[in-house]
Amino acid sequence: MTEMHLVADELVPPAGPERRHLLAIGDLSADDVQRLLATARSFARSLEREMKKLPTLRGRTVVNLFYESSTRTSSSFELAAKRLSADTMSIKATGSAVDKGESLKDTALTLGAYEPDVIVVRHPRIGAPHLVVRHTRAHVVNAGDGKNQHPTQALLDLYAMQEALGRLEGLQVAIVGDVLHSRVARSLIQALRLVGAEVLLVAPPTLLPRGIEALGCECSFDIGAIADADVVYALRMQSERMQEGANYVPSLREYSALWSLTPERLRPGQRLMHPGPMNRGVELDGRVADAASALVTEQVRAGLVVRMAVLYDLLVHGPVEAKVTELEAVA
Amino acid sequence: MLFCKGGPKADLLIRGARCLDPSESLDGSFDVTVTRGVISRLEPAGSRPDRNGHRVVEAPGLLLTPGFVDPHVHLRTPGREDEETIASGTRAAAAGGYCAILAMPNTEPVVDSAAVLGALVESARREAEIPVGFLAAISKGQRGGELTEQVELADAGALGFSDDGHPVESAGLLRRGLQYSAVAGRPLALHCEERTLSRDGQVHEGEVSAELGFTGYPSIAESAMVGRDLGLAAHEERPLHLLHLSARESVELLRRAQADGVRATAEVTPHHLCLTHEAVRSLDPNLKMNPPLRADGDRAALIDALRDGSIGSIATDHAPHARHEKEVPFEDAPFGVTGLETAFAALYTHLVVSGLISLETLLARLTAGPAGVYGLKPPRLAVDAPADLVLLDLSAGVTVRESAFHSRSANSWLLGQELQGQVRLTVARGRVVHEL
Repeated sequence: MTEMHLVADELVPPAGPERRHLLAIGDLSADDVQRLLATARSFARSLEREMKKLPTLRGRTVVNLFYESSTRTSSSFELAAKRLSADTMSIKATGSAVDKGESLKDTALTLGAYEPDVIVVRHPRIGAPHLVVRHTRAHVVNAGDGKNQHPTQALLDLYAMQEALGRLEGLQVAIVGDVLHSRVARSLIQALRLVGAEVLLVAPPTLLPRGIEALGCECSFDIGAIADADVVYALRMQSERMQEGANYVPSLREYSALWSLTPERLRPGQRLMHPGPMNRGVELDGRVADAASALVTEQVRAGLVVRMAVLYDLLVHGPVEAKVTELEAVA
Repeated sequence: MLFCKGGPKADLLIRGARCLDPSESLDGSFDVTVTRGVISRLEPAGSRPDRNGHRVVEAPGLLLTPGFVDPHVHLRTPGREDEETIASGTRAAAAGGYCAILAMPNTEPVVDSAAVLGALVESARREAEIPVGFLAAISKGQRGGELTEQVELADAGALGFSDDGHPVESAGLLRRGLQYSAVAGRPLALHCEERTLSRDGQVHEGEVSAELGFTGYPSIAESAMVGRDLGLAAHEERPLHLLHLSARESVELLRRAQADGVRATAEVTPHHLCLTHEAVRSLDPNLKMNPPLRADGDRAALIDALRDGSIGSIATDHAPHARHEKEVPFEDAPFGVTGLETAFAALYTHLVVSGLISLETLLARLTAGPAGVYGLKPPRLAVDAPADLVLLDLSAGVTVRESAFHSRSANSWLLGQELQGQVRLTVARGRVVHEL
């Protein structure tokens, strides 16, 4: 039995160093981040034209494999691939063989048989994209794995911050809310540190993971500490964390009283961000979300060009700026 | 009581190996004669050219030591024979240099009655390649509600009692179990985990779990229970064995209790001695175990305790899992890794070659230490002792490969690694059970 498995495994050669993935912000250097943001800016300019489609990834296939519900991430990956002329396939856990109990490995092998160039994976469990890497030949993009990482969200957040504030280095960003359960927070802290921004986490002590300071951020449970921040980033408070017996906070009422972002707690000029979907009245006051200083729609818009940049960067080798310029000429 | 199948006892002349047995203060080049499975002569190398019809094993440059004893193995039988059987697990143990192993009772069904244990003993007599002993559960079904019949189980062969895999949550039940253990005279071995603290935790609570987003399994989840259990053992003046310690705080509590006269013994696994939670960054499910890999300071404390003998035993906690159960995202994978076939090489490479402990200490913790916990006669290199031997090539490099495993499972944390130290020959209870 063991022997049979061995033969099957040996048919898939180990991934060469040239097969790149985006699994975590930790995989990127500061230069990688700057290159991706620059590519995204080029795409943003090209999208301002009437003809929005670029031929760059014609003939390439991008598979979106989503085991969790998602509006922003799945739609923007799909649109990003289409804007680059790639063929796309979207597989959702419900309504697929996953419903029949197919393992992630078998789903990966099945999709791998179509030889897709990129598989974008969202999964509720940590390590799922890493498993897809082991069982396919595709470039794998992590679109969120459990509480671990959501790297494209962090990149689009950087993009939106840079567009709005003109810089990233030295920027002070306060991240407020349920850091413990947030893959968005983890990716964002790392990405911000990579580009030289300062990060402050503000949360109830029960929702700050022990050891998180090792990522190079400050921690506080005093909402007043956000006063000096250029950007205040609200995290989604997930309802299941509030269930009776979870005891992360005594009640939603007390959480909102102490940590909800209200107009009184934000200073004029502070920019508000939120990865969505928002719980108005829980982690923030609706007025804050709707204020002109909020960057929430900018984040969504950034998602499209940043995901285009990620797909482009994984699939097109060579000096990026030059090629984008060529592309713009073609477009 | 250890059980294994019968077979021809060996007549061997092992010539010129360096013979090392810390418990006998033996270290030198000897010719060792084994006659009908018993060490019959131990003479300075080269003094005995007479073969006397014995098979000769030329062993200059090799190391001959007492065979290893593993106090903590999961043979998955009955119930999960697809993962391991008595035959495959003991064959794997032989390949790892072991001459005795102890199987844990968290099987399906649980070993909590003389009937289940009796069937296992019968299987072991038929198919065990090396002697195997059995632990029975502390509580029926390992559910933590009622004590098992310790005396009947001991009579049927149980060497000790453990709910391994689960903590004994009720302090009251553990207290009764300790009190009652005076009758059968077999030790209780405890998996220390306060589940309200470890809940859903998969990775040591610290920098790595914070960065990767895992719910942390804090050290205090182990040490709080270690403290409680040592307190009970002190109060009842009964011996206690602590399974697979992982945290510095647990070691500190153990030392204090031992200094106060508590008869507490403890074991540690090769993976906790060789790795830290940094290894989990790879998200390889073969690095997921309970208790989890912890921080540098924890590993250092475990190595210190192994060196000074506070922790007297090395246990593999060999935990085979079906391939499909580990080929899932890290978070979905079951806890546990295999270890019987790689323990010596891993420990020799990572602890002895790197200068952290001496070879003598390593051997003592692999032989006399674990044997003593359960009242087994330690394997010895001495005339008239049964031949429980392992012949090692310390200079040989080995790459860990799945195809070389005898275990039915391959969930090893060492796959693909280059290690130093190879088991060339294992003799258990006078039979040659493994040879390269």
